[in-house]
Amino acid sequence: MKAKLMDFDKALELFEPVLGFEVHVELGTKTKMFSAAPNPAHPEFHGAEPNTLIDPLSLGLPGSLPVTNETAVRYSISLGLALGCEIATSCRFARKNYFYPDTPKNYQISQYDEPIAFEGQVEIELANGRQFTVPIERAHMEEDAGKLTHVGGSTGRIQGAEYSLVDYNRAGVPLVEIVTHMIFGAEHDAPELAKAYVGAIRDIVLSLGISEARMERGNLRCDANVSLRPRGSERLGTRTETKNVNSMRSVERAVRYEIQRQAAILADGGTITQETRHWHEDTGATSPGRPKSDADDYRYFPEPDLLPVEPSRALVEELRAALPEQPVARKRRLKAEWGFSDLEFQDVVNGDMLHLVDATVAAGAAPQSARKWWTGEIARVANERGVEAASLVEPAHVAELQRLIDEGVLTDRLARQALEGVMAGEGSPAEVAEARGLKVVIDESALVAAVDEALAAQPDVLQKIRDGKVQAAGAVIGAVMKAMRGQADAARVREIVLERASG
Amino acid sequence: MSEITREDVQHLAGLARIALTDDEVTSLTAELSQIVDAIATVREVAGDDIPATSHPVPMANVLREDVVGETLTHEQAFAGAPSHDGERFRVTAILGEEQ
Repeated sequence: MKAKLMDFDKALELFEPVLGFEVHVELGTKTKMFSAAPNPAHPEFHGAEPNTLIDPLSLGLPGSLPVTNETAVRYSISLGLALGCEIATSCRFARKNYFYPDTPKNYQISQYDEPIAFEGQVEIELANGRQFTVPIERAHMEEDAGKLTHVGGSTGRIQGAEYSLVDYNRAGVPLVEIVTHMIFGAEHDAPELAKAYVGAIRDIVLSLGISEARMERGNLRCDANVSLRPRGSERLGTRTETKNVNSMRSVERAVRYEIQRQAAILADGGTITQETRHWHEDTGATSPGRPKSDADDYRYFPEPDLLPVEPSRALVEELRAALPEQPVARKRRLKAEWGFSDLEFQDVVNGDMLHLVDATVAAGAAPQSARKWWTGEIARVANERGVEAASLVEPAHVAELQRLIDEGVLTDRLARQALEGVMAGEGSPAEVAEARGLKVVIDESALVAAVDEALAAQPDVLQKIRDGKVQAAGAVIGAVMKAMRGQADAARVREIVLERASG
Repeated sequence: MSEITREDVQHLAGLARIALTDDEVTSLTAELSQIVDAIATVREVAGDDIPATSHPVPMANVLREDVVGETLTHEQAFAGAPSHDGERFRVTAILGEEQ
């Protein structure tokens, strides 16, 4: 059933949106949070077969005991510091009790009243230049749960499923959950702020090098809380928590949708149910999940199997000194370094491609070339397919593609064909070019022969060129390029055409 | 005296997935009240200056190096599983969701 939506501007006229976010970051340590099993969020263990990255603790087997991962603690402190948080002098883990097959222990080890980091802020710059400070309440350490696949039924969702299959590879992956305070004053920018906030967290995490932060892989997951209150009212409205938003674009759309949906209900005199809602990428809508239970219902209590973590001040200062620059400062620096115009730079930022262009430049491409690929051909394909540009191709491959052009191995057109192959998973640009037989023909005699043939076939054009109508050469160049299946350098072909025509 | 009601006990039992008879609810309501009272007494003794005890022996920062250890084979992992498909554990579809 499609919910009734109110026009966005109308909704903003009547109500003030209040936002809140919970972002989960999977840390890219080698091992899990509390055991030595390999971590699937570490590049070395990508794509492992189900239930191969598990040990007794991942399965919650009796007698297995957790021991905290030192690197995960360091990463968490770094992240806390980058979020401008204070770092606890002492903090503990807690058990969050619930029954669901994704957590075989029947509890998740998390932190409750003693998070490792608390009270910070993230500076954000919106596309319209507006500066915004998002207040951070806390960042705490916890473990991820296993992955369920619902089998049977038609949709792959839980409704109508006959049984579920569980893969515990992800069980125990180190997570940091970042919780914001309530965010007021975003107003019309609320959807964009949501996207920009998640982007800022992603950038921070990437610059720290503590996670690959790939949303489509679940390295970074966002739950968005939205509530509305009537203009002039002090009292907060009832909030919903939208889960399953796994792209930056979805975060923006989900927040916009919830504002419009809630406004329509409230304007009709209805009430908002406090609940978890699920975002559906295909329909662009949210649907109700379960009513949100109180924290009481999780029966949190201190985890008796783990000791407190007491980061020394020396460690905290060591990690603080090693922090990379803040995203907003980084943005300003990159704009200057790359020498982009305002418009070019805004294009990159709006397309959420700053980190991609940066990584491509780091891999050896000239900034302008990197920009053209990402905001041009790759953005076009991403749009067409409704996916994130980052999921299509690796920055290193884009740099390689440009190098092949710069070295004269590929023309622009051939490079686009190679890119197509790279995006289809056929390998690196050089591998695709090799496999598909893409290369510029530099065999001059073959080119000359093709030109002569084309000129002979079009005597009228030949006459025009001889009469000084150089632009007529285009028809011959086209014919030669076609004969060469696009694998010739058009500029060189033009030279030869003019040479042979006048000869 | 704390005020633990029968409803509290039933709610807690539901959360813990424990089936209780009426008699058990009655006796647990009384027992749980006593336990809560006992904890309240201890609380009175411990002032703000006494940190919570997390372990009988005061220790902290018992951490593990980030080094990969042994993993289970599928055979080992599924040895105690009521049902599996050779790669994954098979469980009844449960209405509910990840937390």
